[in-house]
Amino acid sequence: MKSVIRTAAVLALSAVVPVAAHAHKAWLLPSSTVLSGKDEIAVTVDAAASNDLFYFDHRPLRLESLVVTGPDGAKVEPENKSTGKYRSTFDLPLKAPGTYRIALVMDGASARYKEDGKEKRWRGRAEDMAKEIPASATDLVVTQNVRRIETFVTSGSPDDAALKPTANGLELQPVTHPNDLVANSEAEFKLVLDGKPAPGVKVEIVRGGIRYRNQLGETTVTTDDNGVFKYTWPEPGMYWLEANVSDDKATLEDAKERRAGYAATLEVLPE
Amino acid sequence: MRILLSVGLSGLMAAPSLAADMEISIDIPKLDVAEYHKPYVAIWLEGPDKKVAANLAVWYDVANRKQEGDKWLKDLRQWWRRTGRELKVPADGLTSATRAPGSHTIKFEDSAALKDLASGQYELVVEAAREVGGREVLRIPLQWPPKEGTSLNAKGEHELGTVAVNVKP
Repeated sequence: MKSVIRTAAVLALSAVVPVAAHAHKAWLLPSSTVLSGKDEIAVTVDAAASNDLFYFDHRPLRLESLVVTGPDGAKVEPENKSTGKYRSTFDLPLKAPGTYRIALVMDGASARYKEDGKEKRWRGRAEDMAKEIPASATDLVVTQNVRRIETFVTSGSPDDAALKPTANGLELQPVTHPNDLVANSEAEFKLVLDGKPAPGVKVEIVRGGIRYRNQLGETTVTTDDNGVFKYTWPEPGMYWLEANVSDDKATLEDAKERRAGYAATLEVLPE
Repeated sequence: MRILLSVGLSGLMAAPSLAADMEISIDIPKLDVAEYHKPYVAIWLEGPDKKVAANLAVWYDVANRKQEGDKWLKDLRQWWRRTGRELKVPADGLTSATRAPGSHTIKFEDSAALKDLASGQYELVVEAAREVGGREVLRIPLQWPPKEGTSLNAKGEHELGTVAVNVKP
């Protein structure tokens, strides 16, 4: 009986497996994360994918999937959206005090298939798959990709209404508020997959400013049985963290595997 | 026995202190810089739990022409994080205008902010932040209420000169 239980536990654990990080780091970079004042306060946010953090030198992130949640939990409309050669940018007016969650939320797909005996690859929006992959394709393998890239800003006192998980894909749930981070203090977060604790997931943490140092200095922490991870920020700065998992919970027809990714930019202030 | 116990407890509960006076003097140094703005300064008392026990003074650009002086309050980082972000400013008896270089004295005689403080060990914290300049925090540990007249001080290196505090029962 005991061994049956253990086998079941091992199977349950192995259903969610870590997957390799993306080739480039995707990020949102806000002009400020902690703000005071009442009137006309706003942040400008850059969105890009690059090798070095946080320099826009590779490609912009598209803003079609931008979702901003305000302190009352309702959607907030960004202004002055534009996409250039290396970065996208937009303004976010902070009309009410509290915490704003800024997210690029992608629910797409990728596929491998053979056409006339040749190996082909495709990546894009799920709804475009049928028309972009030829009907003559064989050996079709479809993967669903749910990916979330986030940052947070707070005007006045931090609060939690915007931070409720949507329960789709991988998300960060604060124990320590993401706009209340201080150097040499320990922060605690919980990773959730579809709203449930995600245990045993590797989280990569890197501080920005990579261009001006020789070593990447990344740290990897692993979530515990409750999906919780802790990290003590060694110094102030903008930090980037990323986690990726893979499981068989794809909701797309044709897709056997689902990949869920999460990345966030967090600012750590001096003591 | 029961009577003895309750006496012991009330001793532990640290009843609010009786009237005592505190005088704080703060030197704002004259700095030879291309662009000078008078610093924002926050002065508060902190308990051993790092929580703000009393907010004593905040000097900021209250009369800013565009009424956006509160935009830089967050640069008083420790004060902002521990208490500032929970407060409404301007606040009577707490906030006032920034001060020019020189020595400034503020007195708390029989002050409401200090009157209700439980007796114990505190830290007087003075934080200064200057637009296009730096930030500095000074801490002076003190006992409140004081058992006898005491003078304590700390010396800043960048944004603050000498900060002195005189307390008397």
